[in-house]
Amino acid sequence: MKVKMLSRNPDNYVRETKLDLQRVPRNYDPTLHPFEVPREYVRALNATKLERVFAKPFLASLDGHRDGVNCLAKHPKSLATVLSGACDGEVRIWNLTKRNCIRTIQAHEGFVRGICTRFCGTSFFTVGDDKTVKQWKMDGPSFGEEEEPLHTILGKTVYTGIDHHWKEAVFATCGQQVDIWDEQRTNPICSMTWGFDSISSVKFNPIETFLLGSCASDRNIVLYDMRQATPLKKVILDMRTNTICWNPMEAFIFTAANEDYNLYTFDMRALDTPVMVHMDHVSAVLDVDYSPTGKEFVSASFDKSIRIFPMDKSRSREVYHTKRMQHVICVKWTSDSKYIMCGSDEMNIRLWKANASEKLGVLTSREKAATDYNQKLKEKFQYHPHVKRIARHRHLPKSIYSQIQEQRIMKEARRRKEVNRLKHSKPGSVPIVSERKKHIVAVVK
Amino acid sequence: METAPEASRDAPPKKDKFLAKKKKARRYWEEETTPTAAGVSLGPPRKKKRKRELRPQNTKNTHTPNKSHISKKPQVPKKRRERRNLEPQRSLSGAQDPFPGPAPVPVSVAQKFRRIDKSRKLPHAKSKTRSRLEVAETEEEEISVKAARSQLLLAEEPGFLEGEDGEDTAKILQADIVEAVDIASAAKHFDLNLRQFGPYRLNYSRTGRHLAFGGRRGHVAALDWVTKRLMCEINVMEAVRDIRFLHSEALLAVAQNRWLHIYDNQGIELHCIRRCDRVTRLEFLPFHFLLATASETGFLTYLDVSVGKIVAALNARAGRLSVMTQNPYNAVIHLGHSNGTVSLWSPAVKDPLAKILCHRGGVRAVAVDSTGTHMATSGLDHQLKIFDLRGTFQPLSTRTLPQGAGHLAFSQRGLLAAGMGDVVNIWAGQGKASPPSLEQTYLTHRLSGHVHGLQFCPFEDVLGVGHSGGVTSMLVPGAAEPNFDGLESNPYRSRKQRQEWEVKALLEKVPADLICLDPRALAEVDVISLEQEKKERIERLGYDPEAKAPFQPRPKQKGRSSTASLVKRKRKVMDEEHRDKVRQSLEQQLQKQEKAAKPMGVWPSALDRFVR
Repeated sequence: MKVKMLSRNPDNYVRETKLDLQRVPRNYDPTLHPFEVPREYVRALNATKLERVFAKPFLASLDGHRDGVNCLAKHPKSLATVLSGACDGEVRIWNLTKRNCIRTIQAHEGFVRGICTRFCGTSFFTVGDDKTVKQWKMDGPSFGEEEEPLHTILGKTVYTGIDHHWKEAVFATCGQQVDIWDEQRTNPICSMTWGFDSISSVKFNPIETFLLGSCASDRNIVLYDMRQATPLKKVILDMRTNTICWNPMEAFIFTAANEDYNLYTFDMRALDTPVMVHMDHVSAVLDVDYSPTGKEFVSASFDKSIRIFPMDKSRSREVYHTKRMQHVICVKWTSDSKYIMCGSDEMNIRLWKANASEKLGVLTSREKAATDYNQKLKEKFQYHPHVKRIARHRHLPKSIYSQIQEQRIMKEARRRKEVNRLKHSKPGSVPIVSERKKHIVAVVK
Repeated sequence: METAPEASRDAPPKKDKFLAKKKKARRYWEEETTPTAAGVSLGPPRKKKRKRELRPQNTKNTHTPNKSHISKKPQVPKKRRERRNLEPQRSLSGAQDPFPGPAPVPVSVAQKFRRIDKSRKLPHAKSKTRSRLEVAETEEEEISVKAARSQLLLAEEPGFLEGEDGEDTAKILQADIVEAVDIASAAKHFDLNLRQFGPYRLNYSRTGRHLAFGGRRGHVAALDWVTKRLMCEINVMEAVRDIRFLHSEALLAVAQNRWLHIYDNQGIELHCIRRCDRVTRLEFLPFHFLLATASETGFLTYLDVSVGKIVAALNARAGRLSVMTQNPYNAVIHLGHSNGTVSLWSPAVKDPLAKILCHRGGVRAVAVDSTGTHMATSGLDHQLKIFDLRGTFQPLSTRTLPQGAGHLAFSQRGLLAAGMGDVVNIWAGQGKASPPSLEQTYLTHRLSGHVHGLQFCPFEDVLGVGHSGGVTSMLVPGAAEPNFDGLESNPYRSRKQRQEWEVKALLEKVPADLICLDPRALAEVDVISLEQEKKERIERLGYDPEAKAPFQPRPKQKGRSSTASLVKRKRKVMDEEHRDKVRQSLEQQLQKQEKAAKPMGVWPSALDRFVR
């Protein structure tokens, strides 16, 4: 007879002293872990609930401006520094870690229309209603020195926007036309126009640095190549585009914030169909900015809220609002992709977390592992109805909520009419136009 | 250690030839004589023994979806070895690694950890979804290989009992085993002589550390049976029908003559649950925190012990319920009835999920193994049957016993114990998931009284038997899972660990309405509602947005694009499509006929000729 009994030595399973860690032998045999899927599902449900419990995105409000904040700019080298221009011509520089204003400049008479930093971070440019472009030093004046711009360019027309080249000493302004300036000269290198209308914003492409995009109030978005004397092509939409933002990771993708409550993500190579129509706002979208990862963007709207959209989804992932926040005019996603800043009508700049339930500060390795695990679980079970319902639930202010209802009814009525028309006409005579193509009027080359 | 060429005697001749060309292999500490390192490092002999193995360091192998590609060893390694010999891995000292790359993993072991069933066909998905599924599949394959490799780290080996040539293990007495094993194991065999309080029911806690038993005459006791430390001993002054530990050893449910009572480990009565009256059998579902009670009145009641609410009270409509067991794989309750059927119950459904006709007489005992694939039943017709629970519910094997078994129990490694009168018989199978073979008895033992309760102790090679003469703990080598998982149920856990586990377990309490026959159904694609949604969408929009546009011939060069030719081209494409459809439907019809002709897994019967 040969016999062996299972006989464990407790010394191998129990810690030696109280100072040791407990021993936890693992065996991944599936029969020892029954109900794997239901338990994971319950964990995912719990993780989703906790995410909503800990969703406290609002971090700080920076107050000090004496008029509505009209434009914001990030510092290219320092995460803590932010520049803002107000409707009374005042420019303020803020320190985000201390949450205070470190410098105030009375830059212009009337609005500060645009502000941008130089790529090296030593100086910044502002344009205002007083038809001037001014270059300022990033550091404040030394003791006893006057606060003066480095250069001032007096123009003939009002400038409505400015953006700096990402690598060279060149910047672009817009107004009646798009002007490309050398920093050393007082006259533009070249001016480009296409039609006669006021151009509201101009943006340099961060990857293909010679490309520019601009949007004008005659409802079109125009693309330029700086190396050519004439514009590349333009797309005409149903309504006016307020501003555009280039994707920092994909050179040919940009997103346009439109007056018709929607945002349109375009592929530069095929402008006739937008890659995605993003709809959730209930009023005109005023500003848009990409996260440095290029996966998501944030939009500011006249409906007193900001929303975060994934680049490839038509519905927003997140909506931020407070009781005191009025029409949001400008928004920026910080360079570490963790925070969002927005400037609004009621003179405040607000700082938000990009992930509402994220824990700030240093995480221990166990905390990190737990959040990673929870994230994966949420991803795995995201389409289950209970999980989806909890993850999607947001409290909205009454004004937005009722407007969403109203617009849903309007949209439903329009759709019904379309379906009826399709039903009662000769097959093939009424074309089916997709939602994406519906808003594009024409592409001109 | 053997060298590789010698070990390859049983390998195919092709390989022999290949190896013969090479020089003799050397040990890794021997100096290298020639700069061309041909024929060096053929790996340890261990690799030779395993015919089928996965080699994950070769990325090509792990990512190929074709499984047969992985398992075919003789062709693949030839190339690989040549490549490795060209560029041997070298350390700073110049010595070669004798075991290059990660450890090999046998395919059969990796197969155990697979979660995705690739044979299941999904509806045609969009390319994005499809690519995501493909990524998930490759990930899952890698994970299963990693999990299989972690089995090398398991510390304990299972026990066994083998007779010397010709010796029948069933003839071996408990006394012989006790004599042959070490002192620690011998101490696990004991007999509690409690003749006074009548037949005993018993229950081990989930960690296998604690034992509770209750006698017909009201004697209830709980003890740490490993250290033999008594936790409590009381007399409830009422008949005890069944006894069961709740999720931890601190709580004890006792089915008494009238009502269900819950005691703590000091023997203090915590609750008297009057909604559960005349309870005959108890089962605890640990992941759902449900206590299932079967009563004389014919009700199956589920009590949620975490909140103290009755989740469901189901009327089985089959008279007195006295046979109950749970399926540990999917938490479905199996009830045995006097008409020979076994019914399967879930608290979410008012009617049984399935009814299986098992015996000609009444059902006396039911047991389900830990993988949830086999069910053993015994009935008044003196038969013991093993059923396949994976869909078909067909009997796999049957045996007529002289006396018929009154109690059945499965061990963690698939051993089946049956109590027949005062005898306990144990049958063993080939492994964990294989059914026990009823031809050959593995062990047998005669007790001092009639058997009244049976349970294998989790994680110990011990079978607890409650009988009219007391409680016996008998040794059954090879019954238990040798390696426990410290985070699930740890027999050596401290008080703090238990408390932490309790909080975690309560947080992930599975809702009662998720109990169904297939617990993995929650992670599968819900095809039915997907199609329903699609239909609704088409109805709402008035057209199918995903429909393929009808073929429209492109206009050709001038002169070629006459209306007649356009129509002809159009017709050609339409005809082709039509032919495809007809072909498909014909094939489907053929398959249906074949299926109808041969029902799977059933012997041809003489009555088949009358089937039309």
